[in-house]
Amino acid sequence: MEPLVVLDNVNKHFGELHVLKEISTTVGRGEVVVVIGPSGSGKSTLCRAINRLETIDNGTITIDGKQLPSEGAELAKLRADVGMVFQSFNLFAHKTVLENVTLGPIKVRRKSRQEAEKRAMELLERVGVANQAKKMPAQLSGGQQQRVAIARALAMDPKLMLFDEPTSALDPEMINEVLDVITGLAKDGMTMIVVTHEMGFARKVADRLLFMADGRIVEDATPTDFFDHPASDRAKDFLSKILTH
Amino acid sequence: MEVILDNLPLYLRGFGMTLYLLGLTVLFALPLGALVAALRISPVPSLRVVAAVYTEWLRNTPLTLVFFFIAFVLPRIGARLDYEIGAVVALTLYTAPFFAEAIRSGVNAVPVGQAEAARSIGLTFGQTLGNVILPQALRGVVPPLINVTIALTKNTSVATGFFVFTLVSTGQRLANQNGDQVIPILLGVAFFYLVITIPLGQFADRLEERVVVNR
Ligand SMILES: Nc1ncnc2c1ncn2[C@@H]1O[C@H](COP(=O)(O)OP(=O)(O)OP(=O)(O)O)[C@@H](O)[C@H]1O
Ligand SMILES: [Mg+2]
Repeated sequence: MEPLVVLDNVNKHFGELHVLKEISTTVGRGEVVVVIGPSGSGKSTLCRAINRLETIDNGTITIDGKQLPSEGAELAKLRADVGMVFQSFNLFAHKTVLENVTLGPIKVRRKSRQEAEKRAMELLERVGVANQAKKMPAQLSGGQQQRVAIARALAMDPKLMLFDEPTSALDPEMINEVLDVITGLAKDGMTMIVVTHEMGFARKVADRLLFMADGRIVEDATPTDFFDHPASDRAKDFLSKILTH
Repeated sequence: MEVILDNLPLYLRGFGMTLYLLGLTVLFALPLGALVAALRISPVPSLRVVAAVYTEWLRNTPLTLVFFFIAFVLPRIGARLDYEIGAVVALTLYTAPFFAEAIRSGVNAVPVGQAEAARSIGLTFGQTLGNVILPQALRGVVPPLINVTIALTKNTSVATGFFVFTLVSTGQRLANQNGDQVIPILLGVAFFYLVITIPLGQFADRLEERVVVNR
């Protein structure tokens, strides 16, 4: 498989705390990688480092053959190609749903407003919230907001989508509507890295599963292998805890 | 009452000077305050320190002392300023940190997730500030900026002690000439201050209500 994201020996500290320890992995084009692990194991930090919302101490992160630039216009350009969906949605509070989706295409991709709006409506249709286009984010349910956030990221035609616990802030009855959208993207061949606690979803969509603990990738396996034959004690322990309730 | 109407030109002279000091000071202190606020949130530590020292120093110094410095110390080292310009300089140096703090608190009130989302769709630092952060910060920032302006309106009176003819000078001169009518004279002075400050305060209140509704 052609590599799209390559992490090589990445380290990251927060002060004394060593949160990413010698992380090396490759995500191929079209691959869906799900990251799981206990709280504080560094999953969010990993996701954010790939988009350089977090700096790294050493090692390299390469996306589509280009190493992450440190700052400035080059970095902005690279970020435009990487979609990010946050646990807390982070829709622009002062803009309508439609404006949330068109801002990037207009300002970054230099599309005309008309063109950007046409594409935005298609994407809002696809995630099932086209009828909310004129509303403000605060008027939408959490599930609807998260689907808008996905449309906002897709509007940039990203090469890669990062999801950091996209359903953790949602009421249970809204989780599936968001997971369904993500599953649809996976079927369409989008390259994705998804941090999640939804094990059923992980088993269903993941091509590969990374299990993180204490800042390390402890297991790198297919979902079937991981869930049926976890190799490490850490993974067995983790699975026993989440599968008992 | 009569003493006010009879001396209306003198009142208007003081009022005009007060407005002049207020207008020019806002004109200079607002951009200076915005610059100081930008420095204070900038990623460069040394710039943050410079801005913080300036802000804390000026905010904790009596305005009169700032005036003394401009009026008596600057000429000693060869910089002679016209009294009115000196007053504007003193008021600007003193007021800018208050503007800066109002702007900074407004920017800080915008959740970090907003900036992260903006950066993650590829907006540059400037675009993020201009399209996402400042529009959200502004709603909360205007009322405190107006409150600083109201305080500034009253602070212009300090220039009276430094040879600038303000509304308070009007009151002093008239009170000296008409010792029996001090109370109406001073009420007249107060009235002209209120002509500036009350509309400003109401404007701030109105904006504050709108912000509450918008949330
Ligand atoms: N900005 C920060 N400053 C200091 N420490 C941080 C910061 N962000 C995260 N950490 C710490 O780094 C470690 C890894 O955090 P991270 O958020 O990546 O974990 P996570 O695996 O995403 O956990 P969760 O499942 O709870 O989201 C944690 O111990 C956390 O407390
Ligand atoms: Mg996390």
